[in-house]
Amino acid sequence: MTDSASVEGSRLQELVYELKIEQVMRRSVITIPPQASLRAFKELLRQERISGTPVVEDGRLVGIISLEDLIKALEEGEMDALVCEKMTRHVETLYADELVMQAVGRMAQFGFGRFPVVDRSGELVGILTRGDIIRGLLQRLEVDYHEEEIRRHRASHIFEDIVSDRTSLILRYHVQAHDFARGGDASSKIKRAMERLGGNPTITRRVGVAAFEAEMNLLIHTDHGGEMAVEMQPDQVRITVTDEGPGIPDVEEAMRPGFSTAPEWIREMGFGAGMGLLNIHKCADGMDLASKVGEGTVLEIWFHIPSPVPTENGEEDLL
Amino acid sequence: MELETVVRLLEAEVLSRDGDRNQDARSGAAADLMSDVLVYASPDSVLLTGLIHPQVVRTAEMAGILAIVFVRGKHPPAETVRLAEEIGIPLFSTRYTMYEACGRLYKAGLDGTGPCTSYDRPE
Repeated sequence: MTDSASVEGSRLQELVYELKIEQVMRRSVITIPPQASLRAFKELLRQERISGTPVVEDGRLVGIISLEDLIKALEEGEMDALVCEKMTRHVETLYADELVMQAVGRMAQFGFGRFPVVDRSGELVGILTRGDIIRGLLQRLEVDYHEEEIRRHRASHIFEDIVSDRTSLILRYHVQAHDFARGGDASSKIKRAMERLGGNPTITRRVGVAAFEAEMNLLIHTDHGGEMAVEMQPDQVRITVTDEGPGIPDVEEAMRPGFSTAPEWIREMGFGAGMGLLNIHKCADGMDLASKVGEGTVLEIWFHIPSPVPTENGEEDLL
Repeated sequence: MELETVVRLLEAEVLSRDGDRNQDARSGAAADLMSDVLVYASPDSVLLTGLIHPQVVRTAEMAGILAIVFVRGKHPPAETVRLAEEIGIPLFSTRYTMYEACGRLYKAGLDGTGPCTSYDRPE
């Protein structure tokens, strides 16, 4: 499973545990009286484009009847029978205040695709199908839809709209030495760019954290600052961080956890604990550090972006 | 745990405008070492800290932190609040110490992220 799939998956899982049935069920329920004929039922299915309905008498749920019952009656030449003769009398129901998770469980348990929903006094208040659950979950996933999404939508099509054999977008940032107040500005922009290009949240976070560590290194350790160049491609992100000194005397030592040459003032700010390069290594899919004292340092960091999993078109399949 | 609950449990003062306090924190993290936050904090956590400079907000942004609580009644400078409002990270201030603030949240069911991999020894 890709990172993005697992993030989306866990959000969906959470929603199934958070949402109540009454939040996703359909409230306007089409019902049929028990004394109606099967022909009338057939007509109702055709008109309303549904495949089954609760049978209600005086507001009370007395049964449920589906397309399957109708087909059975048709095969047996009993189309003149009444709904009450062919319906299922023992109806499995759900309570409106139960969790969607419980509905999912019941659907799996009984193999039914449709449950009438009743309140605690037994009155029919709605109906729940698999389609309703899916629609409800998707709507909740979309609640955060706002302007940023539109920008993202535009930016995320760059790689499709502009055609070349190999398209990449290069972002360059200059980082000032010792400019603590602006520390993180570049990484923040890199992260925002990733978001707008539609990067998945887990990879975007890893890129952001690694970029921030690298940016703080330029700020803390270099004589004259340095440059961060981020090359974005559909299948990878590569960050090249270069500076002109002073250079790292012993790269292996610099990679050791807790090894730090950061000055006291930066430690007081909560940085420079000797974890930066290690954390970059942890976040990235690969890194390469080359340094020469008196000349400078080049740090390359790269991240693979898994290709998106093609989705079969939505609701019909899920239903 | 909803941020509103965090505010209530810590009797916290709300320092930033427009933060959505219905957001759900998935875990808690506490550190005065930003390096640790970058390595160990998990996304959508509440960060408790005694540091108040703007880079705390930057760190939180990068680590995907949901909200920041300043402990020991600390109040951040205006730049910190401005940056947090720009990014959309709610800021709170509690008069409890780091120890007690963490304890109150943990006792009320806000988990940490379990044991972490230590980096100060060879694997």
